[in-house]
Amino acid sequence: MSADSRREAAARLHIDWTRCDGRGLCAELLPEALSRDDWGFPLAAPGRLAVDADKSNVPLKHSELGAAADAVKLCPVLALRLARP
Amino acid sequence: MWAFGRASGFASMLLLSASVLLGILTRSGRPLVQLPRVSVSLLHRNVSLMAVVFLIFHVGALLLDSYAQLHVTDVFVPFLGSYRPFWQGLGTVALDLLAAVVVTGLLRHRIGQRTFKLVHWLSYAMWPVAIAHSVGNGTDGTSAPVVAAVVVVSVAVVAAVAWRLSAGFLETARLRQLHGQWRRP
Repeated sequence: MSADSRREAAARLHIDWTRCDGRGLCAELLPEALSRDDWGFPLAAPGRLAVDADKSNVPLKHSELGAAADAVKLCPVLALRLARP
Repeated sequence: MWAFGRASGFASMLLLSASVLLGILTRSGRPLVQLPRVSVSLLHRNVSLMAVVFLIFHVGALLLDSYAQLHVTDVFVPFLGSYRPFWQGLGTVALDLLAAVVVTGLLRHRIGQRTFKLVHWLSYAMWPVAIAHSVGNGTDGTSAPVVAAVVVVSVAVVAAVAWRLSAGFLETARLRQLHGQWRRP
């Protein structure tokens, strides 16, 4: 994602770290936006975030909104929220 | 109606057992061979809802059956039935527990994670009660095929619960334990 498309993010996926348990469903549904760290917790995919950007709000493309809505619905610990810009 | 009520009850018992197994697998965070975690989670939900559908058939058919002499009260209040009231009551208890689990499952996003989880744990109480009802109340409860099915699902569920309670249960358990050791002085 270029700097321009980052600004044009269709929505942001907010991760509540106090709830997240690293179960990995979100990374399966959004393979281009999220990867997992060694302990299973979601990470914004490389290049998705600016260097010092907030890692709890992952910008999403328009094409990812459906999968993101599923991820919010299916997160087993309700740790996700969709934030429109 | 009598035969249909028995068959649907048996199907519901098998589906509930499958649901408990899939629920435990969902909690572990592991995919099932090629089936991704998302699908395991959806399968757990859909198998559970299928069990509910068969349970509705089971109770509905026996309510309409004259031989079973089941009354609407017996669907909600346990141990008042006329046919083997204790074993039938266990079925009512299981049904009431399942109703709570299903309703809170469907409303998970509204009632919050804590309430959902607290009620969802009732599944572990519901399952053995449902199995006891199958064996104790079923007309064929002690016939060879039913006993064989009950033995198979019981061994599977007991093994799954033992796995659930073991230290390596979570997909990430090993790494997280290692991490803890690194941090310890």
